[in-house]
Order: sequence, then structure tokens, then C-alpha cells
Amino acid sequence: MVYNSDRRSTLRYTFLDHTADAEFRAFGADLAEALANAALAVASLMWDWDKVMRNVSRAVDVRGRDLPQLVSRYLEEVVFLFESEGFLLAGVDGLHVIKEDHAYRLQAVFWGDKLSARYPLHGAVKAVTYNDMKIEEGDRAMVQVVVDV
Amino acid sequence: MELEKISDNIWEIPRQGEMKVPARFYASAHLLEIARKDKSLEQARNVACLAGIQRMAYVMPDAHQGYGFPIGGVAAFDAETGIISPGGVGYDINCGVRLLRTDYQAKDVLDRRRELLAEVFKEVPAGVGKGGVTKLSVRVLKDILVKGAEWAVENGYGTRDDLLMTEENGRMKEAESAHLSARALERGIPQLGTLGAGNHFLEIQRVDKIFNQDVARAFGLDRIGQVTVMIHCGSRGLGHQVASDYIELMEDTFGVAGLPDRELINAPLRSALGQQYYQSMCAAVNYAFANRQMISHWVRDVFKRVLGSSAGMRLVYDVCHNVAKVEEHRIGGVSRRLCVHRKGATRSFGPGRPEIPAAYRSFGQPVLIPGSMGTSSYVLVGTAEAEELSFGSTAHGAGRLMSRNEALRRFRGEEIRDELIHRGIELKSTNWRGVAEEASAAYKDVEEVVRVSDEVGLGRLVARLVPMGVMKG
Repeated sequence: MVYNSDRRSTLRYTFLDHTADAEFRAFGADLAEALANAALAVASLMWDWDKVMRNVSRAVDVRGRDLPQLVSRYLEEVVFLFESEGFLLAGVDGLHVIKEDHAYRLQAVFWGDKLSARYPLHGAVKAVTYNDMKIEEGDRAMVQVVVDV
Repeated sequence: MELEKISDNIWEIPRQGEMKVPARFYASAHLLEIARKDKSLEQARNVACLAGIQRMAYVMPDAHQGYGFPIGGVAAFDAETGIISPGGVGYDINCGVRLLRTDYQAKDVLDRRRELLAEVFKEVPAGVGKGGVTKLSVRVLKDILVKGAEWAVENGYGTRDDLLMTEENGRMKEAESAHLSARALERGIPQLGTLGAGNHFLEIQRVDKIFNQDVARAFGLDRIGQVTVMIHCGSRGLGHQVASDYIELMEDTFGVAGLPDRELINAPLRSALGQQYYQSMCAAVNYAFANRQMISHWVRDVFKRVLGSSAGMRLVYDVCHNVAKVEEHRIGGVSRRLCVHRKGATRSFGPGRPEIPAAYRSFGQPVLIPGSMGTSSYVLVGTAEAEELSFGSTAHGAGRLMSRNEALRRFRGEEIRDELIHRGIELKSTNWRGVAEEASAAYKDVEEVVRVSDEVGLGRLVARLVPMGVMKG
């Protein structure tokens, strides 16, 4: 756990040892907070999110047939917004998960800035995977994800 | 897990439980010990349970755990009754390697290698978030997805001879752009002609050892000291998105109940969804071929500008490391059409196969196996035995040994650069953390991987290449 960027008293996320790729656990007082921290964990593989200005925002609205699919689609947004328009995530606001009839829906606001020379990049994420994915709800929520890098 | 020793380099998990066929590992005792530490064995056993799998689930000497299928996994399914699986191809569709030979000798380049590398670094976009030089329209992108390297050549990037020396002549003909999502296209547009980050690289090398003079000469590798250029990259975000999209679509259609691992999700090859994935995968393969073709063109430009000429910079070959292809193979003496998945494995066809360029057909195809940063890379030649042993496949690289975390704890990028410079190897990179993560000590020994390949007969040694200059994404 060398490069978690935690500056708070409680741990946002921690990286585990994985031979080929990046595996992390993100934590929160509830699932929403753990998911917000999970997006920051994904961002941390590519840039220092805590050094990115909150200048622009993007609305995130994804659905998943089950929780793993929801988590995968949601975290893919971090990668997609970066690759398609150079959006660098700095923080997540107002994240909530709604249980619908046959799906889960997640809405949130991503804050961040456009890619520029002031923000050094230090890695790429290819995809968010289902491998070893774990989702623990409750008052000590935890999301474990392997990211293909 | 119980393993049966067949010979010094061959091990098997016998058929048991849900397995339809045995799973076989090509590895030395030492490489097997490494593979046992992660989930490679369990994943190979899972692959052996899939519908329509033929003969055995094979695992190459450089194996490590992947998603669903292990990296270094080879599995063939009946083309009529079997399945196709995005997890059996991997996220980086047609991640692959090409090798350019030159007429230069190391001594011609030695004093200029820093300049050469600096110019290549300027010319070839690398690293995360580095957009390609060409701003594409969706219409042109779709043309590229259908035509692959042919599009690149038609647009002035290289020559028709390059196409002859590329697997599939640089174009998988079943490609169809209509089944790619808007997201896949959006990720593809800014990244054409970029190297990408992670383990992708471009190396200026020299031939350091020749194991088989005749075959090496046929491949255009004539003498010790000859300069070569190796390019390793893939289909970038476009390919990753195709994989993610079809894993989801297959889950939505077929469900995940009963799968030991969600990323083993698959579809019958002959189903509508199976065909859509296959055609989209072919489109991503073509994108990667075009990508490597454009980068080759820029490398030639730089050599011409800096050294005066790029004559003789012929393409030796371009191979896919992550792909599924429909091929003819003999099973029990009968010729059968199979969908062969190679995930982190190189096709290794022996003499006579019609897929091989005419100039190489009497020898077997060139197999390109890159080492890790600062270590040797190898050229092997495919064998007839490999068709019996592994559906004509062998290893694709060194294979990771150490997590990126651990590499970051142990190494610093700047120190690795200094050590390489001390050994006469120039290094250019967009980020030092990436260099530390890719430290050669974080990988298995490529020498042992190719030795096993040679001993078993999956691919025979032809030449060893050592780096003079490395550009990391």
C-alpha cells in the first residue's frame, strides 16, 4: 500500500498485491462512500486526484443488472471520461444508489479538471474487471476491485 | 491442486469434475512453482470445463493469472458447436509485437542512438492520455476498423510489402464496425497511432546471438550486431471497450449462474451475439494492426532523417498476442475448423501452413517474444509439433512475477534508468513510476520461458535481440 493518497484519519482505499494488475479495497461508512472512494482509487492509478482542481463537473448516471455490474459500469466512467475527453477526476459528490425493480441505478457528480501539462499522468487503466470483486454493504462498507492496467 | 508430471516440461491436471478435457502446462519445475502461487491452475481447470473445448486447455511457459482465462492460455473450441469468450482473448485485443530489420550495424548507430531515440520519442505519441496526431472522423475510423493496416498503407504509412509480413495481411476480413458501441468508437478516435502505457514499448535493438543461421537469414536477420526495431502495443481503449461491452452483453443474454468465474462468460460462436463479438473483435484487431503500421512508418521517417536512409527497414513480421481465430487443425487425424483463443500467447505455425507468408512458408512463421525492460527479446520459429502440442502456439513474453505495488516499493524509475545507461541502454519514458513498475526484476526470466518453448518444441530459437534504446509509454 505505497500509493494510496489517504490524508484523512480514516482510510479511503488501499492497494493489495496482485501479480499482473491493480487490486484495491475502498472503504466507507456506507456503500455510497465506499463507491466514491473506489472511483478515487481508480483515478489514483492514473493521476494524483488530490492535486486536481475542481473546475468542471460531469453527471454520472449508470444502471446495472446487479451490484457488480453497477460497480463495474460506474468505475468505467472514470476511465471513459478520461480517454474520450481528457477529464481528470478530483472528487465525487452526491453519490447515491437506488434499487429499482430489476436493476440498480447510481447517480453522482464527478468534479475535476481537463487534462493539461500541470497534471502529470503516471499510468493507464485498461478496464475494470469482475475478477475477485467483493461488495460488502453496511456501516463498514467495502468494495474490492481488480483493475486491468 | 493435483498435477501429473508428464515430462520435465509438461504437467497435467487430469480430467475431473466438470472438466471436459485435461489441462496441460508447458513449464519447467521452477516456472510451474511460480504459476502455482497464483490462480493460473484454477483458471486453466475452469477453461477445461467450457462447451466444445477440444483436446486440452493449454497453458504456455510464461503463464500467470488473468481474468477468467489465465494469461498464456490457449483453448480451441469447435467452430460449429463451440463457444467464443471475450475473456479468452483479453481486454487488450491484438496486443502484439512487430519487428523491423535494418541494414545498419550497431556501430553505425551507437553514437547516434540517443538522438535517434529522442526523435522517435518526439514522433511516436506514447504514454497515457497522449492523443494521436490524426484527428479522425467516425467515418474514417470505421474504414480503419474494416481495413486495418491496409488503410494505413493506402494513406501513405508504409508499403504493401509490410502487409505481406503481417498476420492476416494486416486485415481480418470478418471485421464489422456496426456492432461497436459509441463508447468504443469515442475511445478509439483520439488514440490511433499511439503506443499506450503500461508494458507497451518501442525498442531499438541489435542482434546479439543467432541460434539458427538459415532461418535467421530467411527472416532477414543476417548477422550479429544488426540493428532491429521492436514495437509492442495494441488496440488501446477501443479494444478494451469492445471486451467490456461484450462481457456485459453476454451476461445480460446468458446470465452468470453456474459460471465458476464471471469472466468466463461466453456465447456460442454461431449465435448472433457470438458473431457480433467475433466481428467486433476483428475490427479491434484491425485497429491495432493500423496502429503498429503507422508507428512503423514514423520510425522509418526518423531513421531516414537522422541516419540518412531507411532503405532495408523491412518488416520481419507482426504477430498478435491476444486474439481468437478460426483455423484448421487436425484432431484424431481429421481436419476440423476450430476457434482458437490465444490470450497472451503467440501463434507458432510450422512449415507449410497457408497462413504463413510465402517467403517463410518452408521454414515456419516467425514468433516474436519480447523480454522485459532492459533484457533480451527473442525470435523463434513455429514448428509442426506445436500444432499437435498447443494448436500451434507458444509463449508471448516474460510474464509478470511481482506485483506493481511491490515493484514500486523496491525500485525507483530514475535508478533503473541510471542502471540501464550504465549498461549502454538509453531510456525515454513519460513517467518514472511506470518505469519502476516495469522493472525487469518484476518479470520472470524470459531466457527460461524461451528455453522451455525450444525444448518442448512449441517454437525453436532463431535469434536473440538485446536493447540499445528503450522508449516506454
